[in-house]
Amino acid sequence: MNPGVAAVEIAGLTVVRGTNHVLTDFDLSIDGGVTGLLGPSGCGKTTLMRAIVGVQQVAGGSVRVFGEEAGSAGLRHRIGYVTQAPSAYADLSVRENLSFFASVLGVDRDDVTRVVDEVDLHDQIDQVVGRLSGGQVSRVSLAVALLGKPDLLVLDEPTVGLDPVLRQQLWELFHRLADAGTAVFVSSHVMDEAERCDRLLLMREGTVIADGTPTEIRQRTGAGDIEDAFLRLVGERR
Amino acid sequence: MTQLMSPRITWAVAKRVLIQVRRDHRTLAMLLLLPCILMSLLWWIFADVPGNFFDRVGPALLAMFPFFVMFLITSVTTLRERSSGTLERLLAMPMGKLDFLFGYALAFGLLAAVQSVLAVGVSVGLLDMQVQGPVWLLSLVAIADAVLGTALGLFVSAFAQTEFQAVQFMPAVVVPQMLLCGLLVPRDQMPRALEAIGDVLPLSFAVDAMQELVSTDETGQVWRNLAVVMCFVVVVLALGAVTLRRRTA
Repeated sequence: MNPGVAAVEIAGLTVVRGTNHVLTDFDLSIDGGVTGLLGPSGCGKTTLMRAIVGVQQVAGGSVRVFGEEAGSAGLRHRIGYVTQAPSAYADLSVRENLSFFASVLGVDRDDVTRVVDEVDLHDQIDQVVGRLSGGQVSRVSLAVALLGKPDLLVLDEPTVGLDPVLRQQLWELFHRLADAGTAVFVSSHVMDEAERCDRLLLMREGTVIADGTPTEIRQRTGAGDIEDAFLRLVGERR
Repeated sequence: MTQLMSPRITWAVAKRVLIQVRRDHRTLAMLLLLPCILMSLLWWIFADVPGNFFDRVGPALLAMFPFFVMFLITSVTTLRERSSGTLERLLAMPMGKLDFLFGYALAFGLLAAVQSVLAVGVSVGLLDMQVQGPVWLLSLVAIADAVLGTALGLFVSAFAQTEFQAVQFMPAVVVPQMLLCGLLVPRDQMPRALEAIGDVLPLSFAVDAMQELVSTDETGQVWRNLAVVMCFVVVVLALGAVTLRRRTA
């Protein structure tokens, strides 16, 4: 990674969908570590993540990733992206899915084994994705994003519907990856996941209403937990 | 800029599509056997009719099967790819749009090759269809038609929001070409306006190629018509590339 250049640098981003201004003049900078994006559904999390990956049409502003314009060809090797709805081919096995995406990315077949281990899908590797449980499918989707060890991981609600033990394992994985130098940007609408982030962004109606470590945010608001902090912050703004 | 196409990725897409079809045994069986069964049925309905109707109509049908079957299959699969998020994911990866399009065209072209070898084999070998030109050219024209169907399917799937709509593009795009290609009424006996339209539709060139193969051993016209079909393929694939947007609302 290029030191001195922020992983993600957003300035004045405006996204309009239909007549709805999802993001207006939005600024944000993201660096290494695990950055969490928390907020209710519909607050603009997915739109923000899509803008960073470069698949969202934007009305104005700039989004730069590692100093390059989001969506530019040079970044496509460097970003791992998990879409909100898990995306994998339902009629292919786990291995076939991963092998396919590995050859699109041009990464080694050994990497398939590595990512299967990371998401703990060893026993399901030859099963057809359409027969897996919802949680297993979202792990397949996550495994695809891990292929080729990207420098930035953009994960849109990757832990929805997973059992708590597995969720904890995945958060440990996110931190391991972050320690190894990957910038991890992960969204969730489950408030109890907030405590696991290095840096936390609380988002509501297209605006970041709090930004800091979970401890800072709790102390600043005098709240006992992040859910409470969120409510107090919303109350202050009224 | 990433390169427009890479053989590695194009082949990966084609291979993936082929694996998906192979896993779906029923689709595979229907894809390979239905044309043979329908050709036999066609032969049978003309069995007691004097004259050589089967030799006249058969070749046109050999051109149509791969065209409409591949059109339907491709438009539905691509739509599924758009709605399941896998296309968005692929476009965020270092995949050229042409890799995606040619990957599909390659996979369905290969399937069409097997399909048409079987259908031509049954028609010529078993049902005694009389062909003046080289028999292998029948298969080659059929493959070109299949690729044309795939290209059109890729293109129209961009305009379908649901699978119901995608299926309706069949009567909208394919059936008019069947009516105007000259099979029911020779094109020069149609009203002038329809003749003019029929003369420039891609399926007409494909059907003409088939019929020339049957009636004469001169292959010059066949190659010319085949070249026109391939030009349509290139143009439609290019249009398809325009409809693949990396950024969507």
